[in-house]
Amino acid sequence: MMLSKGLKRKREEEEKEALAVDSWWLDQGHPAAAQTPPPVASSSLFDLSVLKLHHSLRQSEPDLRHLVLVVNTLRRIQASMVPATALPPVPIQPTVPTVADSLLSSSDAGLSASVASLLEDLSHIEDLNQAPQLQADEGPPGRSVGGAPPNLGALDLLGPATSCLLEDGLEGLFEDIDTSMYDSELWAPASEGLKPSPENGPAKDETPELDEAELDYLMDVLVGTQALERPPGPGR
Amino acid sequence: MAIMKDSGGGNDIQWCFSQVKGAVDDDVAEADIISTVEFNHSGELLATGDKGGRVVIFQQEQENKIQSHSRGEYNVYSTFQSHEPEFDYLKSLEIEEKINKIRWLPQKNAAQFLLSTNDKTIKLWKISERDKRPEGYNLKEEDGRYRDPTTVTTLRVPVFRPMDLMVEASPRRIFANAHTYHINSISINSDYETYLSADDLRINLWHLEITDRSFNIVDIKPANMEELTEVITAAEFHPNSCNTFVYSSSKGTIRLCDMRASALCDRHSKLFEEPEDPSNRSFFSEIISSISDVKFSHSGRYMMTRDYLSVKIWDLNMENRPVETYQVHEYLRSKLCSLYENDCIFDKFECCWNGSDSVVMTGSYNNFFRMFDRNTKRDITLEASRENNKPRTVLKPRKVCASGKRKKDEISVDSLDFNKKILHTAWHPKENIIAVATTNNLYIFQDKGN
Repeated sequence: MMLSKGLKRKREEEEKEALAVDSWWLDQGHPAAAQTPPPVASSSLFDLSVLKLHHSLRQSEPDLRHLVLVVNTLRRIQASMVPATALPPVPIQPTVPTVADSLLSSSDAGLSASVASLLEDLSHIEDLNQAPQLQADEGPPGRSVGGAPPNLGALDLLGPATSCLLEDGLEGLFEDIDTSMYDSELWAPASEGLKPSPENGPAKDETPELDEAELDYLMDVLVGTQALERPPGPGR
Repeated sequence: MAIMKDSGGGNDIQWCFSQVKGAVDDDVAEADIISTVEFNHSGELLATGDKGGRVVIFQQEQENKIQSHSRGEYNVYSTFQSHEPEFDYLKSLEIEEKINKIRWLPQKNAAQFLLSTNDKTIKLWKISERDKRPEGYNLKEEDGRYRDPTTVTTLRVPVFRPMDLMVEASPRRIFANAHTYHINSISINSDYETYLSADDLRINLWHLEITDRSFNIVDIKPANMEELTEVITAAEFHPNSCNTFVYSSSKGTIRLCDMRASALCDRHSKLFEEPEDPSNRSFFSEIISSISDVKFSHSGRYMMTRDYLSVKIWDLNMENRPVETYQVHEYLRSKLCSLYENDCIFDKFECCWNGSDSVVMTGSYNNFFRMFDRNTKRDITLEASRENNKPRTVLKPRKVCASGKRKKDEISVDSLDFNKKILHTAWHPKENIIAVATTNNLYIFQDKGN
């Protein structure tokens, strides 16, 4: 909680700083010139967008609208900076880093991995969160939130979280686990020149750790096997 | 109706400062930042919500009770803590107590009801008056202590005696655990039994009596979150048609849905979108097209949307373009880069209709707010400020100088204070009384002729 509070205060301070920043963009000269975008975006606009994206991702709970708008704007800028390369259509692929790479240039592999991993995290966390409603729904006429799996049965005894996790069978558990957090690119100093600050690291780690500890416990209980050994990743 | 330089008809509005609520100092406490403003259906009550999770309700004084110099002033009626900060242990996240929206229910009995919501939880509050209390219990003393039954020799019937008016707010329903993402809108259906709540990716339908379940009626979450390119920004039920609602998106589209078509309204009945003007294209085109508010007219025939630079009126029968477009602050178009840098480009302005749907209002920067008269096509810019604000003095119109020589009394774009933004405004449903929220103050303006 203190971390989140710390993050919030910091964000507000940064916002105040941002507002106080010398608006050197205003001195771009004739308004008409500023209005027509140059054929190739300046690298500073690109850098600014990357900075915003990182800032957004560092929030404990990113503003989804802000994130989506910044990502879309970044894609536009990216596209204009590499006019010869047409953006390939986004294929639906199971491998997270590949899809992300196709969207942004390879030099931003770390960034794309972090964007993709964040969006996956949001999706994964949301699946866990959906669980409490499954028991409340009793086949209403409308489409109930989450949709209860056909036979919960004895799994109910283990608690609400399990029923959702086991919807897709045990294999589904592993598919949902996002391992891109542990790809070295994310933490490599060279990736963005922006090291995640120490207080942010634990906050980001906490969430996947919590999920995995819970998953491991459930695996133990259900399957009766020992928890799989997981190689310690960086930042743990 | 807004400002008539030549002698106009009898309907000129001359806006005057009436009241201002809130702290005077420039040092704004975070918790006091106003986050929503809403009149009730009669206009007698005016509710505000703030970042600290509090709701303050003002009540208009009855005309016949007060002195001749003050007319229909709003005074504090009730204050209560609606939402508290929470901690989500599963996600290790703090849930803000900030009130995102307040919506009033139509009055059915002596009590008033409203819905208030933060990012995750909606609450139904009952506000009731108590002006009498029972006295003369047989087994209780007046101070509440119980009497020894053996000392009771006679019986009496307790009677109600008048007391000082007390206004009590109590939470009657709590609608929780249905939103993974942040709630941006709530809207009460014209059946007065159901309401919708919308977050970034989903819209849920609730029954006011039932808190343990809701129906998901819109879900735009992609199967693969990396494909996410669009979020829901606002949603509202049609004022008359209880099966119809609209929702707007970050890409500048509005979808109208009919709940009779299917249980899950993923397929829209109508899609409202204006094609992009190629001459105005920039890297920020999408961001400025993102719709921050959508409001049906009282008649139900039109809807209004607010994007970063303009207000658009749509006829529900025409999907391919709005019927009217009003520029709120076009002079900002050449400054989009710096507004992107300082994040102002992401500010979410609301908009509102007057009671007769003839004038629309929205906020801007520098504590300016704008009104557009749909009939005369005139517009006016006014300022919410404590300076030069004497009751019953007509507000002076403001003008922003975009470029070139600045005339006297004009303010240049570069002098605008982007920290002073008016995001929330409300118009009395029947009279020419408006409530305008600056960062932490609530201004009430009235028509001089009121």
